[in-house]
Amino acid sequence: MDIREVLNKRILVLDGAMGTMIQRHTLTEEDFRKGWFENHLSPLKGNNDLLSLTRPDIIEEIHRLYYEAGADIAETNTFSGTTIAQADYGLETAVYDINFHSAQIARKVADEFTVKEPNKPRFVAGSIGPTNRTASISPDVNDPGYRAVTFDDLVVAYTQQVEALMDGGVDLLLVETVFDTLNAKAALYAIDEVFEKRGVKIPIMVSGTITDASGRTLTGQTAEAFLISISHLPLLSVGFNCALGASMMRPYLQVLAKNAPFAVSAHPNAGLPNEFGKYDETAEMMAAQIKEFLDENLINIIGGCCGTTPDHIRAIANLAKNYQPRQIDLNY
Amino acid sequence: MNTNLPPLKLSGLEPLVLTKETNFINIGERTNVTGSRAFLRMIKEGRFEDALSVALEQVQGGAQIIDVNMDEGMIDGKAAMVQFLNLIASEPDISRVPIMIDSSKWEIIEAGLKCIQGKGIVNSISLKEGEANFIDQAKKIKRYGAAVIVMAFDEDGQADSYERRIEICERSYRVLVDKVNFPAQDIIFDPNIFPVATGMEEHNNNAVDFFRATKWIRTNLPGAHVSGGVSNVSFSFRGNDKVREAMHSVFLYYAIKEGMDMGIVNPTMIEIYDNIPKDLLEHVEDVILNRRQDATERLLEFAETVKGDATKKEVDLSWRNAPVQERLAHALIKGIVEFIDEDTEECRKLYPRPIQVIEGPLMDGMNVVGDLFGSGKMFLPQVVKSARVMKKAVAVLLPYIELEKAGTSSSAGKVLMATVKGDVHDIGKNIVGVVLGCNNYEVVDLGVMVPAEKIIEAAIKEKVDVIGLSGLITPSLDEMVHMAKEMQRAGLTIPLMIGGATTSKVHTAVKIEEHYTNGPTIHVLDASRSVTVVESLLGQRKEAFVAAVKDEYDTLRTHHEKHRSAKRLLSLETARKNKFEIAWNQEDLKTPSFLGNKTLLNYPLEKLVDYIDWTPFFQTWELHGKYPQILTDEVVGVEASKLFADAQQMLKQIVDEKWLEARAVVGLYPANSIGDDIEIYSDESRATLLNIQHALRQQTEKVAGAPSMSLADFIAPKETGLKDYIGGFVVTTGIGLDEKVAEFESEHDDYNSILLKALGDRLAEAFSEHLHEVVRTDFWAYTGQENLTNDDLIKEKYQGIRPAPGYPACPDHTEKTGLFQLLDATKVTGVTLTESLAMLPTSSVSGWYFAHPQSKYFGLGKITNEQVEDIARRKGKSFDEMSRWLGSVIH
Repeated sequence: MDIREVLNKRILVLDGAMGTMIQRHTLTEEDFRKGWFENHLSPLKGNNDLLSLTRPDIIEEIHRLYYEAGADIAETNTFSGTTIAQADYGLETAVYDINFHSAQIARKVADEFTVKEPNKPRFVAGSIGPTNRTASISPDVNDPGYRAVTFDDLVVAYTQQVEALMDGGVDLLLVETVFDTLNAKAALYAIDEVFEKRGVKIPIMVSGTITDASGRTLTGQTAEAFLISISHLPLLSVGFNCALGASMMRPYLQVLAKNAPFAVSAHPNAGLPNEFGKYDETAEMMAAQIKEFLDENLINIIGGCCGTTPDHIRAIANLAKNYQPRQIDLNY
Repeated sequence: MNTNLPPLKLSGLEPLVLTKETNFINIGERTNVTGSRAFLRMIKEGRFEDALSVALEQVQGGAQIIDVNMDEGMIDGKAAMVQFLNLIASEPDISRVPIMIDSSKWEIIEAGLKCIQGKGIVNSISLKEGEANFIDQAKKIKRYGAAVIVMAFDEDGQADSYERRIEICERSYRVLVDKVNFPAQDIIFDPNIFPVATGMEEHNNNAVDFFRATKWIRTNLPGAHVSGGVSNVSFSFRGNDKVREAMHSVFLYYAIKEGMDMGIVNPTMIEIYDNIPKDLLEHVEDVILNRRQDATERLLEFAETVKGDATKKEVDLSWRNAPVQERLAHALIKGIVEFIDEDTEECRKLYPRPIQVIEGPLMDGMNVVGDLFGSGKMFLPQVVKSARVMKKAVAVLLPYIELEKAGTSSSAGKVLMATVKGDVHDIGKNIVGVVLGCNNYEVVDLGVMVPAEKIIEAAIKEKVDVIGLSGLITPSLDEMVHMAKEMQRAGLTIPLMIGGATTSKVHTAVKIEEHYTNGPTIHVLDASRSVTVVESLLGQRKEAFVAAVKDEYDTLRTHHEKHRSAKRLLSLETARKNKFEIAWNQEDLKTPSFLGNKTLLNYPLEKLVDYIDWTPFFQTWELHGKYPQILTDEVVGVEASKLFADAQQMLKQIVDEKWLEARAVVGLYPANSIGDDIEIYSDESRATLLNIQHALRQQTEKVAGAPSMSLADFIAPKETGLKDYIGGFVVTTGIGLDEKVAEFESEHDDYNSILLKALGDRLAEAFSEHLHEVVRTDFWAYTGQENLTNDDLIKEKYQGIRPAPGYPACPDHTEKTGLFQLLDATKVTGVTLTESLAMLPTSSVSGWYFAHPQSKYFGLGKITNEQVEDIARRKGKSFDEMSRWLGSVIH
């Protein structure tokens, strides 16, 4: 079923955090190497994307838990699946496998659920992270004209990731946690080129990150400027995720809801991290804040980011099903 | 027209949406190497900092988009485009507006598109190279997410008639919309603005053709916009700005009517349509609208009569015929003082109460000045002149007001201004005072060297609404921190404004704000911002403003902390091992022609005039640009020239009438270094120590091969056994200055008072430059004849350096104490040191001379507490005391 049809009928639920769920397992260095990178020279623990290869059982189980909790869309375990992000581990060559297999795992679980519940089809979104470099800011304060990564570097890296995700069978692409709009524009450039080459288009979601209370992205754009800067492709949705908790995200979602010709998505963190870097907001607390978005009719797609768990997603899904989605015209 | 299309939406850091209400979008054109010779020179010389300030001025002057063009044969256009756009990205005050990437070369356009995170505009593409190429480029532009300007140009050439314009625009539109699926609202046509009145008959209809084409495009090509470069139309009247300005306004008036909705317009080259004199308007409209056969001849003839542009205009006194209220407004806006006393007196008789003259015509006039300044249409020297007129008028009225005992006028608010304890610099503070005064704020000026308790006492007694602190030298930063603590302790909640050359937003956020939590603390970058800040602080949106500033400072603090912890400094031991190594030999060390001190009193001022570096003089007045190019600058040129003429006139008086006295003392002594210390001896036996100069050493991490510099590295170490020397100097041109300033102030003449102080400072710098030359070629005589121009001197092309305590190579102000003792400077020159070690009079300079051919200027950068402890020990001072003096350089 086409996701656009579903979007016109109800609010779709995106899954929650991958990292938080992986942390529930006590993993050792060995878990990140098994069968694939046994002899790799540098340590790999913490490179969660690799688990799709070395411990696919864990990733599969996490997808299953989220779908069970009521998620319509699961994100692949590929947030850092670019040569740029993997360069820190010396694993640029693993990028194709990470994306392809991550997509396949999620695909398999999604199809299981769709067969069981045909009136609630499950979708797989290929997660495309921001990489750990920014094309608009210099990392060196003394040399503001310098760039650690260029648009061209990003296009090459994103092209590889998108090809592998599509080969692996994702339904959607999710360019997320955009802190630098120029990085996102490079991702969109790569996606558009891949689509043209393959003669195939799949829906694209873009989700930015407002990093502080001033209401701007890390690279200084306001919510509306961000929206304008990524509106040149016919997106499925635009939204915000991460950084702020749900209640602080609301004014910026209002901007999107008012101006975007696309669906609007949100997947906030479970509040702000406490002094130990943990997220304290319970499923109930978060749902109460998300209820405000829904009451205001701001949202078409809702889920969770850092710190959220299947419990959070269940609470959100139970809430969302009582609401009508924000009206949009997706006939482009 | 299809009204269902969305509007054209563009973005920098902030959105720019073209709606009916936006009417006309003004594109800044000065960051264009083909249009501005000054900008080209900056790029050629790699002066990107200056280039950035051009961009900033454009944005501050009201440009809603900035056009960037690097098409010049002599530069690498692609590299320059990338570098400049990258730098713009790190300047939020510039990058808030969308960028127009302007090039005739596709590779430069594409390189530019890869640098901008917002949605910009490509300027331009066309069918010139055929349809396939056009489609290819349009597709890519769409993929990069930009709007596009399409030139009316095709395989057969540029459109020069109405028919060709619409033919090409329609074809381009259909290809873009039908074949590329380019959003129609993102298409902007440039249907070519060509000159009129060129004397060639086929050009007569050029403007009309443009208007008709514009109307046709806006009617028949749904969504599409129209833009163009307006100054082209008046090309044949170069040299006659008055006519050109009128032509631009008339052209825009009709073009906008027909639907032109953006364009490149020089805001200083345009007259308000309604203000164009009737006869000129008629002649210009005849030409623009091609209304009569002989229109061109008639305008040419008429132009001769209005040729009197700003530079050669005879004094036009026709404004004297207007009613007195209008005369007052005119005098205020134009800064004319000649008639103000009589006009004010005349006006006073028309109103029942004298206060009403202030509240009525005078304030009306000042409001116009404030608005023009706020919108970048007037510059600081003009505003200060307007303020002088205002003060004089008020002075006429004041006796009557007091007689009436009617109390004072209703001011917009009360601002206390003070230069903090230990500091004596007040030009910037005075300018802020004037600007605030112009905007109807009452300014309580406590002067210079004002201790915290006096400021607090006055703030309470006068019930001020804002406290503004100013300071120029680095120890003042510390005094401001102290002020913040004292204000907190006194329980004040009055907003605190911080300004002055060494202050910064980061310092305010990181060091000052936290100590004053009762009220807001805000850094103000320059005088022109002060009004906005005070307005926001006293207005209805105060809370939002204060909250926004607080957030911004929080973010700054976080960033600062991040950068600080990321930045690594070398240990003192490592830095010392990495010292600047000189291969010492006696031939490089010249013996001075005398040892000991030499005093110069009553030094001829005329000798200094040619050594003046004028660029900083204009900076004082917030006119940015390099001298002499600034005099012909498109935006500030006219005002800069006027200011320069005033300065020249005053300079002549200073010299001829001996307003000031120049004094100096120079000392040359045997010296050797021991580690980071420089020992200075009384004579060639090198047995008696007169002074030890304690130098600091760079500790920032260096690229391989780069040394960690210290001034001590430029003096031969004692263990070499070589005979080396060092010099010291103090110059002043400030003797007599205060008396003259007081005279001006008693005449309510801030303009001349600020002008004199600024010139005094310039003369002191010129003296120090001149004296250095004398030392190099005569006193120390370590170089032969030099033949350097003043520009060479400004660029430091001579051998040897003269670092000043308190400046980058030597930020330690306490070194001045030793220097002054060595030279007996206070006794012989009259220059004293304040408790913060600022020099008084302010127009003074002091420093050391190093002569070695390899000595060079450098910036110390940040140092560690380890070095602070070390230097405290060497100087026999406490760690706490040295921490206070060096606060601004401690990591």
